[in-house]
Amino acid sequence: MVAAASIDYEALRLPATPRPEGEARRHPVVIVGAGPIGLATAIDLAQNGIDVVLVDDDDRLSTGSRAICFAKRTLEIFDRLGCGEPMVRQGVGWSKGRVFHRDGQVYDFDLLPEQGHRRPAFINLQQYYVEGYLYERAKALPRLDMRWRHRVAGVKVGADGVALDIETLEGGYTLNGRYLVAADGSRSFVRKAMGLESHGQTFRDRFLIADVRMEADFPAERWFWFDPPFHPGQSTLLHRQADNVWRIDFQLGWDADPQAERQPERVLPRVRALLGKDAKFELVWASVYTFSCLRMDSFRHGPVFFAGDSAHGVSPFGARGANSGVQDAENLAWKLRLVLRGLAPEALLDTYGAEREFAADENIKNSTRSTDFITPKSEVSRQFRDATLELARDCGFARQLVNSGRLSKPSVYAGSPLNTPDEDAFAGAMTPGAPSADAPILRDGREDWLLSVSGDDFALLAFSPTPQEIAAMRAVSGGDIPVRVVVVAPRDAPESAGVVRVVDSGLAAERFDARPGTVYLLRPDQHVAARWRRFDAAKVAAALSRACGHAG
Amino acid sequence: MLKLDPNLTQADDFYEALIEAHRGLSAAQSGRLNAKLILLLANQVGDFDTLRAAIAKAREGVEPAGEDPTLRVVA
Repeated sequence: MVAAASIDYEALRLPATPRPEGEARRHPVVIVGAGPIGLATAIDLAQNGIDVVLVDDDDRLSTGSRAICFAKRTLEIFDRLGCGEPMVRQGVGWSKGRVFHRDGQVYDFDLLPEQGHRRPAFINLQQYYVEGYLYERAKALPRLDMRWRHRVAGVKVGADGVALDIETLEGGYTLNGRYLVAADGSRSFVRKAMGLESHGQTFRDRFLIADVRMEADFPAERWFWFDPPFHPGQSTLLHRQADNVWRIDFQLGWDADPQAERQPERVLPRVRALLGKDAKFELVWASVYTFSCLRMDSFRHGPVFFAGDSAHGVSPFGARGANSGVQDAENLAWKLRLVLRGLAPEALLDTYGAEREFAADENIKNSTRSTDFITPKSEVSRQFRDATLELARDCGFARQLVNSGRLSKPSVYAGSPLNTPDEDAFAGAMTPGAPSADAPILRDGREDWLLSVSGDDFALLAFSPTPQEIAAMRAVSGGDIPVRVVVVAPRDAPESAGVVRVVDSGLAAERFDARPGTVYLLRPDQHVAARWRRFDAAKVAAALSRACGHAG
Repeated sequence: MLKLDPNLTQADDFYEALIEAHRGLSAAQSGRLNAKLILLLANQVGDFDTLRAAIAKAREGVEPAGEDPTLRVVA
């Protein structure tokens, strides 16, 4: 389905799409920006039967490595979109990191110490590969109409749709959509054209990204140095990517000259100071940047939805940019799908804003805290930072304060109106609003994963239900809104129509704190909507209605 | 709960030890010592509500005379 890894996606040129003739139709969804967020949104919609037009002003995928850390939850989303496997095969999996201060290690950590997970805590993979595999998947979807070198030049927003002025090499045309997803990046044209703004703070610091190709025996771990001997007074971050490329991120300070610092004669000595003067390496990409933590006040404006960097921005420490954008995409796609099919009210779309603005705040909070630690903005802030690092050498408590980045985790939509609050007692992390845990299972005797059988629709996970309960669950799955019933039991049983049966390895019941009779309702984005100790058809129907945006 | 009534076992000894620890230090060195001391004591207290109450108590009546170094941005 997806091509082998040998394609050079960074160099790939996509043929300019001709100007369409007789473009009078109003498309259900138009997406601007074929980065990871636009592609993921488009794939999710198109693979679920919604016609999508995706326009991009360029004819190439990502230039330079850019985003490189893709988190477990993001990979689970890419798995559902049918392109996780080649990314994981090509990427460098990791879950461990080390933090150093001066010449000594302060601590190490493991983001995924337990077994029984399909995906690692993270993979590092150059953004052009991620976009390349998304692009291959997108190409295979007949409902997805990708248009390259179609530049948005104007945006008209009405109450029930948008009209975009599009410029192509052959002239302009008007593209009409019922809904518009603006995934056009941090300098979003759509945002500006609509007179909207992002607000936040920026940090007085500059960073050099140097990607170098080399044979090296550093382990595949995240290494972060505060004030190392090879780069005194500043911080450095080292990460391994695919194809023996290493990401090195040098803090430069506010006074650094961004033009001069990206020149090889300035970059190479810094890299050599880290790797040793005899190290053999090739510089493949260098960039100097500053960063900001900011977001739009509202991610929904009528028929227009902002997703990814167009809606919010964070510093890179924590890998919360692209990862949160992919979660925006997944949150939005199923809601658009249900509303376009007439299965859910418009109000469901407002919850995209509510849930993802909440998530953006969480990401901005974490990113700002990390940046305040790495780039202290006042003398006293620096004093506390240095005191923390000094104490961390022999005081365990101080290690928990050292902040070189709190790495991306999916948000728990704890306050979402789509949740049905618990009425039964449960332990563990699978609270309403939480992203569903995965677990190894057997399906038809073959090893598989719980999330890969839960599918693209609502799922009712039923742990060891009685035959009578299974019969009653069919009534739920037979309603207008598609619900897949997944029976999770310790032993296999004969197939019964309309129900997916899987055998639990033991970890599913453990991770969901499930007992025989326990039932979970998962949303199409695999977040928990509701859970009970016993199946009750009326309660499930009410929770399903609530999760579709009908006031509870 | 933040304790405001006497709780020190040897008040004068503590105060003397605190001042003594700073003897001969530059302002920057004293700043470092204070920062480490606050962090150590904060861990000893542990409870965040108590720490937050202590921070608020210490901040009482202090009108900011410095600059807010946060750089606001609009994009």
